[in-house]
Parts: sequence; C-alpha cells; structure tokens
Amino acid sequence: MNFERIKEKLNILADAAKYDVSCSSSGSKRTNKNKGLGDSSGMGICHTYTEDGRCVSLLKILLTNHCIFDCAYCVTRKSNDIKRAAFKVQEVVDLTINFYRRNYIEGLFLSSGIFKSADYTMERLVAVAKKLREEENFNGYIHLKSIPGASDELMREAGLYADRLSVNIEIPSEKGLKLLAPEKNRADFIKPMEKVRNEIIQYKNEKKLIKSTPIYAPAGQSTQMIVGASGETDAEIMYTSAYFYKKFNLKRVYYSGYIPISHDTRLPGIGTEVPVLRENRLYQTDWLLRFYGFDIRELLNKENPNLDADIDPKLSWALRNLEHFPIDINRADKRMLARIPGIGMKSVSKIIQARRFRKLNWEHLKAIGIALNRAKYFIVCDSRNFESKDRSAAQIKGLILQESNSKFRGTYSNQLNLFSNQQLPVVS
Amino acid sequence: MRLILVYDNTFEGFLSCVFHVYEHHLKEVSIQRMDIATNNFFDTSEMIMSEEKKATRVWKGLSRYASSEIKSNLFKAFLSEIPTIEDTLLYYIRLLISSKGKMAKNYSDPKILEVAKVVKMVRREKHRMDAFVRFRLTKDDIYLATIEPDFNVLPLNAKHFKDRYADQKWLIYDLKRNYGIYYDLTSVETVTIELNKNINTTKMAALYFTPEEEQYQSLWQNYFNSTTIASRKNLKLHMRHVPKRYWKYLSEKAPR
Repeated sequence: MNFERIKEKLNILADAAKYDVSCSSSGSKRTNKNKGLGDSSGMGICHTYTEDGRCVSLLKILLTNHCIFDCAYCVTRKSNDIKRAAFKVQEVVDLTINFYRRNYIEGLFLSSGIFKSADYTMERLVAVAKKLREEENFNGYIHLKSIPGASDELMREAGLYADRLSVNIEIPSEKGLKLLAPEKNRADFIKPMEKVRNEIIQYKNEKKLIKSTPIYAPAGQSTQMIVGASGETDAEIMYTSAYFYKKFNLKRVYYSGYIPISHDTRLPGIGTEVPVLRENRLYQTDWLLRFYGFDIRELLNKENPNLDADIDPKLSWALRNLEHFPIDINRADKRMLARIPGIGMKSVSKIIQARRFRKLNWEHLKAIGIALNRAKYFIVCDSRNFESKDRSAAQIKGLILQESNSKFRGTYSNQLNLFSNQQLPVVS
Repeated sequence: MRLILVYDNTFEGFLSCVFHVYEHHLKEVSIQRMDIATNNFFDTSEMIMSEEKKATRVWKGLSRYASSEIKSNLFKAFLSEIPTIEDTLLYYIRLLISSKGKMAKNYSDPKILEVAKVVKMVRREKHRMDAFVRFRLTKDDIYLATIEPDFNVLPLNAKHFKDRYADQKWLIYDLKRNYGIYYDLTSVETVTIELNKNINTTKMAALYFTPEEEQYQSLWQNYFNSTTIASRKNLKLHMRHVPKRYWKYLSEKAPR
C-alpha cells in the first residue's frame, strides 16, 4: 500500500463526503458469521466526534469526486475548481478492514460523484460492498448511496450487501430543484427509493415462509435535505419529510443546514451563518412525529408555516392549545404525558412506573429529571402548590424565556421580549 | 454502633456479605470494600471471606424476586466502585426480597432512583469503552489496547469484542486496575501481565508494533481532521462527547 498516495486521496474524498450528515450505524441485524470479522447486530457506536461535535461512526468517503452534474449547492459540482481524486475498489476495501480491525469505525459509508453514468457508478459502489462481504467475510455496517437513476437490478444487488441505502433528495421542493439542479429531476431520486422499498417489503414476506432468504438492507433507507439553500418554509420541509417517512418507510430523514460553498447568486453567499438553530428545531419536530405521537398538521400548518426559533416545537404546540392543560401527572395516559413540554419519553415511562406505588409530587418529578421550568405551567401533581394563575400563552412564554438560558439566545433575541425584566442580551 | 462487613472487593465477596447479613439477621450493618474500609472508634468491623457457594445461593435466590434485567443492574451498579454503593445495593436487595420484587421500579424511592442513575453511568462508561478502545497491532500479531475507565467495566465489554473481532487475537488492558481481557481466537480470559510502562511512548512504538501500525494511525488522524466542517466548529460540544481524560488513548487526538 502506498500510504502517501492513499493519504492524499483520503483527504480529498473524506473532505468531499463530510456534508452528508447521516452517521447512523444502528438498526442492522447482521451478526458475525463463521468466525469472520465484525458484527453489526447491536446498537450503533460513535467512535469519536469531530471538532464540530458530529459523531464519527463510519468511514465516510466518496469513491470519487469526479462528477458529470453541476448542482449549484454541491461542492463536487463539475464547474467547481477543486482537486479531484478516485479510489480503486481494493483501496477502499483495505482501508475499511484495517480501520475496522483497530476499532476506529463501525463500517463504511460509501458515496460517489457520478462519473460516466448512474449505472457505471452504482456498479463500482456495489463492487466494493460485495468484495467486503464475500472475500473478507466482513459483517460490519455498510451504508451505500443509491445513485439517482440507477437500474433496478443494481439496486437489488446493492441491498443484498449493504445494511442501509440512501438517496439524498437534497432540495425539499421541486421548484427549488429546478432552480439549483436543472439537470436533475425528482423522479430519478424516487425510482431507486421505490425499488428498495419494494424489495424490503418482499424480503419481509418471503422471510416468513423461507427462513434462509438472504437479508436485504436490514437497516432500511434514509434521505437528507438541505435546509436554508432554496427558501422553503419549515412546513414545506417537514411535510416533504412526513411524506417520505410514510410513502417509503424511511428510517431517518436528516436535515443539513446549508454551508455556503459558492458565490452562485442563487444561493446564500459565502460567510452566511449556518442555520444550526433551525436545523435543531427541525430535528425536534422530526422526533415529535416519530416518537411522541404528534401529527405534522398539529405542529405546522397554514397559520404557522415556520417553527418558533426561541422555544421548542412541543412548547409552541402546548401554548397554542392551552385548553388541554393542566394535565394531572398521576392520572393522564401515556399519550398526554408525552405532550407535556419539558417531559421526554424516558421520563414518561419512569413516571408511569413510579406512580403505581404512590402519587407523585414536585420532589419526585424533579428527581426523575423532568424540566420543571417548562413543565410546571402545564401540570398538576400531588401537591397543593401549583401554578394556579390563569396565564395567557404569551405570559407563560415570557416567564419560561426569562428563566431559561439558551445558548442560542444570541441568534433569536432581536425580537423585543415584553415580559422580560432582564437586560436584553446583546445581539450578535 | 454499626457492624461493618469488610470484603475482598469482588462481586462474589459482596454477595457473601449479603448472605452473612441474612444468616445472622443483622440490622444495623454496612458493607465496605477491603481497600477503603477504615476502622473507627464506634463501629466494629468483621472480615467476610468470599465463598462461591454462598454467593451463588444469593444470586440464584434473587431470581425469585428480580428479573434478569434487575439482576444485571445490581451487578452493573456494583462495578461502579462508588464508596457507599454496597449499602445502597443491600438496601435494594432487602427491598426486593421483602416486597417480593414488586418495588423493583419504584423510582419515587430515592435509593432506587440512585441505583438507576449509577447503572446509567456505568452503562455509559461501558459504551464509551466499546467506542474508545483503539487497537494497535503488535509484532506478535495481537491487537492491543490500553484503557483507564472511570468504572470497572471490562467484564461488561468482553462479549461485545468477542462477537466482533472473532478472527483476530486481542488484548484490552485496564492500566488503572491492572488487569485485562485477552481473546486467543477461542475464548476470552482475564489476565494480569507486566506491561512495559513506556509502551505508549512513540520511542517504544517501533519496538512493539508493526511498521504499518504508525501509518494507519496517521491515516486515521488525517481522516478525522478532514471530516471536520470548519464553519460549524463547536469545541464545547466536542469536549462533552469526547472528554479530555480519554484523549491520551485516542490516536486521532494524539499530538503529532
């Protein structure tokens, strides 16, 4: 192995792959076979974290950053003047195995710029996965990109070796896509996604009858959307997301705040702040949909097309629906407990376990670890003391903001807060 | 005046103490590890020998009142080595037995909540070791890693590494507690060895490790650096996920 050359390629191709935020290595059921290498049946593991605080669990690289497309938002677009490189199939295999053996990674995340054609590219990606599985008896995690426009046969083969497949739709709306990537169309993204969905359904059916059916993409599919590049509202983004979750049984949708990489006037200019707070609010909404039993229409609708920046989406919902509150901690069902601001799903199950033994009061709730500074306006418990004043939504919001200290305060505090007696923080 | 039962720091020893408590119907009693137990003027202390038979009886007997999940929580909390954890666990075990297991998840009891919290800490540390172990290939073909976990979690890690690295010999050594777990391609065993104190210095690396080893470490560090997005830098978050005390064993954070 020529380490110097590999190092150079790795720098270029890891740098180009870093904008893909998916890092999950969980959800697969692949166990170690015949004393081979690796096992991905357990929970995902983040082996380290980059200095921007993102987890590193997979060796995330592009096979090549040569690309025939010219999408405005993408750093490897054809017209961008950057160093180009390409890995050989064997080089990727060797890197993966040697990193894995040293416990650096959970597996491989392989994406690629599109060279020659979609099928030609997809073939190379599949070749890497196949070699890892069949020649190296590798049972670690493999995440492959589905290349938009790849044929059904290749997608079928990809799922036999990969744990997860993903296609990034990148731009949440079709009008945005037309503007920023006129050579691409939505249908090309959807085709491989549809094929994989159907294969997974088929696999699950066959598995019931024939136990030896080879596993197919056990960790499912995911996708990613860029936030803040093409002017969509939060509602547009989240409705697209809800649609993809439902229609394609996606495991995850990732939201990636747009990082300015070009002087193209269609996009936010270089130096524009990455919308990390907005990204965070979108993930919170995503979680409310997947784990807390919320419907997207409750959180975002015509009257509220965007999420509040200063408070979390669950609190926003509660403030708009004060008629459901206060909720009695000792009697409410799981569904309603999950809707109380400041209470997460772990606390919900602790509350349900604990209240079988006695009625819970403020002390208990505090010990269990719920965020009382938010929750206290929405609950009653086994105590005579509770927030008995009939407050309006705006008053409650003011009180909560006054007591909390968000690290994001600088980003949203340019609105004047009428209920805060504190000095206004300096707007950065 | 309390009676203090002193044991040999092993889980078996702790369970033998529990046996002793029940055998002699002791009420005012405290259990302490041998290495931290101190005599004082008011209490009397007694050394309890570790006995496999007694320990097994307690452990098996507990199955009648505790699910395997609760039992494994008892073990995990024990591994925390927190000074007063034995008394908390004794309280919990007594409660499990007297309530016939019904109180197992009564989180309104502060001591039960404490056990749950300690278990969470130990689990997190175990998970961190699954993540932060960095193997280096030695010249005798063993993948070696040294660690210093906050809690004594190695017994919990064995299965994970055995399932994963079934085709390579490996040794994970806890420098703080001076023992390690070694996999010889068939089974995992606990070992104590004389490890050269300077094994982690760059000078010694050439002596112990294969020539490629250094290269892969540097590739990994390179990868780590180039995957960072500079415009999103957030060192506070980085430090929270990868606390500084673990850095010396992480090759990507090594000064170069």
